[in-house]
Amino acid sequence: MDNFLKQSWAGLRILLALTVLLGVLYPLTVWGVSRLPGLRANAEAQDTTLVAVVREGDQYFQPRPSAATLPASGGSNKSELNLDYDKVVAERRTAVAQREGVPEIDVPQDAVTASASGLDPDISPDYAALQVPRVARASGLTTEKVRELVAANTSVTFTTTVNVTALNRAIDSAIR
Amino acid sequence: MSPLVAGLVQVGVLVAALAVAYRPLGDYMARVFTARSHSKLERAIYRFARIDPDAEQKWSTYAFGVLGFSFAGIVFLYVIQRVQSLLPFDFGRGDVGPGMAFNTAVSFVTNTNWQSYVPETVMGHTVQMLGLTVQNFVSAAVGLAVAIALVRGFVRYQTDRLGNFWVDLTRGTVRILLPIAFVAALVLIVMGVTMSLKSGVDVDGQVVANAPVASQEAIKELGTNGGGVLNANSAHPFENPNEWSNLFEIFLLLVVPVALTRTFGQLVGERKQGYVLLGVMGTIWAAMLAVIWGAEAAGLRPLEGKELRFGIAGSALFANSTTGTSTGAVNSWHDSYTGLGGGGTLLNMLFGEMTPGGVGTGLYSILVMAIIAMFLAGLMVGRTPEYLGKKLGRKEVTAAAVSILAMPAVLLIGAGIAAILPSTPGALNNPGAHGLSEILYAYASASNNNGSAFGGITVTSDWFQSSLGLCMLFGRFVPIIAVLALAGSLAAQKKVPVTAGTLPTTGPLFATLLGGSIVLVAALTFVPALALGPIAEALL
Repeated sequence: MDNFLKQSWAGLRILLALTVLLGVLYPLTVWGVSRLPGLRANAEAQDTTLVAVVREGDQYFQPRPSAATLPASGGSNKSELNLDYDKVVAERRTAVAQREGVPEIDVPQDAVTASASGLDPDISPDYAALQVPRVARASGLTTEKVRELVAANTSVTFTTTVNVTALNRAIDSAIR
Repeated sequence: MSPLVAGLVQVGVLVAALAVAYRPLGDYMARVFTARSHSKLERAIYRFARIDPDAEQKWSTYAFGVLGFSFAGIVFLYVIQRVQSLLPFDFGRGDVGPGMAFNTAVSFVTNTNWQSYVPETVMGHTVQMLGLTVQNFVSAAVGLAVAIALVRGFVRYQTDRLGNFWVDLTRGTVRILLPIAFVAALVLIVMGVTMSLKSGVDVDGQVVANAPVASQEAIKELGTNGGGVLNANSAHPFENPNEWSNLFEIFLLLVVPVALTRTFGQLVGERKQGYVLLGVMGTIWAAMLAVIWGAEAAGLRPLEGKELRFGIAGSALFANSTTGTSTGAVNSWHDSYTGLGGGGTLLNMLFGEMTPGGVGTGLYSILVMAIIAMFLAGLMVGRTPEYLGKKLGRKEVTAAAVSILAMPAVLLIGAGIAAILPSTPGALNNPGAHGLSEILYAYASASNNNGSAFGGITVTSDWFQSSLGLCMLFGRFVPIIAVLALAGSLAAQKKVPVTAGTLPTTGPLFATLLGGSIVLVAALTFVPALALGPIAEALL
């Protein structure tokens, strides 16, 4: 016990020294570097397109369903064999099909499943294409113009995704 | 590119990056723990802490150092959470309650990083930086130190000294983890990870929480910690904005455990001894990746709980690596995985976190399993087993068995009690076999110091906070004490000369024995429990 208490005191002292280094100097230095012009806007998530939130109105593209309660992030954690959740997914499919005026079979997976973060900025090209006619109608833009904006906000790395946040801002500017 | 090809390219890039880092990092870590001189910064730390860095310790003193340091860490972390409202950058989130503060303090000190709290509404930036970030570093450095002490047990002869815990801890922190984490944090910022002292940011009229993410993100992965700065963890675009940051984070959480096999080979003077461990780790990792990825690709709702930018492959690759190391960060919700895919992530933990395991913990766990494997081989041929020139007698095998059995014992007792408590069904998020999987996963995660979750389960009741906290403590420190006792007993021995009867431990026979032992021990212990949870679910 003596030895344990002695080592605990030594432990506390070294912990305090390391706390200054790792808990104060390290994060504040990283923060300091993130103030550099070119990095700062990103670090502060100014005008960020990394996350998507729902924007009301038919003139906007809708992101994936979200199980998050803002300002926190999160997913549904519903399992594959959860029958109650099957109903939720089916309702979403019906709602999307009605909104876009298409048969339910045409509604892609990402339109009816909640993302992991609840803030997923991306939708699939299929889901974007599904929304183009409605967005064109409600925004007064031509279908060609809306398709063009979708293409401009599509990125391909290992997956092909359409950034809803950037796309909706592009719609805003096009309407103006 | 088809999804399969795109996925394979990601695996290829990851493996190539690990291969490039393997030799330089492994050799560097070996030098760090054998160097004689102390740097100026280290001397200052030793002076402040009034520690004699040149005094070598017996195994018991070394173990008391680990326990004392961890105890101090738990107390410090508990206290600053309880008085959070007095600290700056708390944004009115208030003092953390006692149950949650205890659970979180234990969780971060044991390198588990299990989170019963929602960071965006509970933890302010001061506790995140001053408390959680610090433990992200030092809990990893403790694992590293214990692994190095065990290796010293093998390479030293007729001594009762295993090195100095404070020196190993400090060097692991300031020479290995800190410089890599600093560079990694800057790389993450360039990739788009956020770093803000504000509480949130307005996005198209709604407030989304923000935090000093990058600095903690880097060590969260590098130290195989896994506690998210934000609730969605590495699924949150502020923590993991794109496919490249995703690969980089997976690289970070694998790189130290993988390179430690090289360090081990260097320290024991025969690199092949390390390669064979890496071969076993890598084979199981790859096999489990195939299982999880394949299961998810064939799922009914594969995108539920996954981010579109990572897709199925990028999610499965992360899930397999975070559960195969004891990281526990997630970029997708394992709770929403298929029976087989989610069961795979669970099984990864049940292997005892050695494929490749956490920082340090992976190496010492697989070395303990190697002792078990050699013991089994010795029983088969009727010879006293040896490993790396040391005899494995009663003491050594007992210590190894205690170290291996601590995790299943606390896991099954905890999960068993939880399963019969009347309050438990109300805490579950899914019905049927999957509900049991949620319980099993929680106790597996805590007892293995992983920290990932079948996140739907609500673990804020006093029962879960305290029982999971105890599982983390026992799952961490019983093996550590056993491993240090083992190291002490190995170091006291003479070298056993290699004879014709010595089983070589660098070839395929040993690799098969070791891999077989890992799988068999897990299977014998957990098949009944798995049959009622994920296996039942996969067959439904």
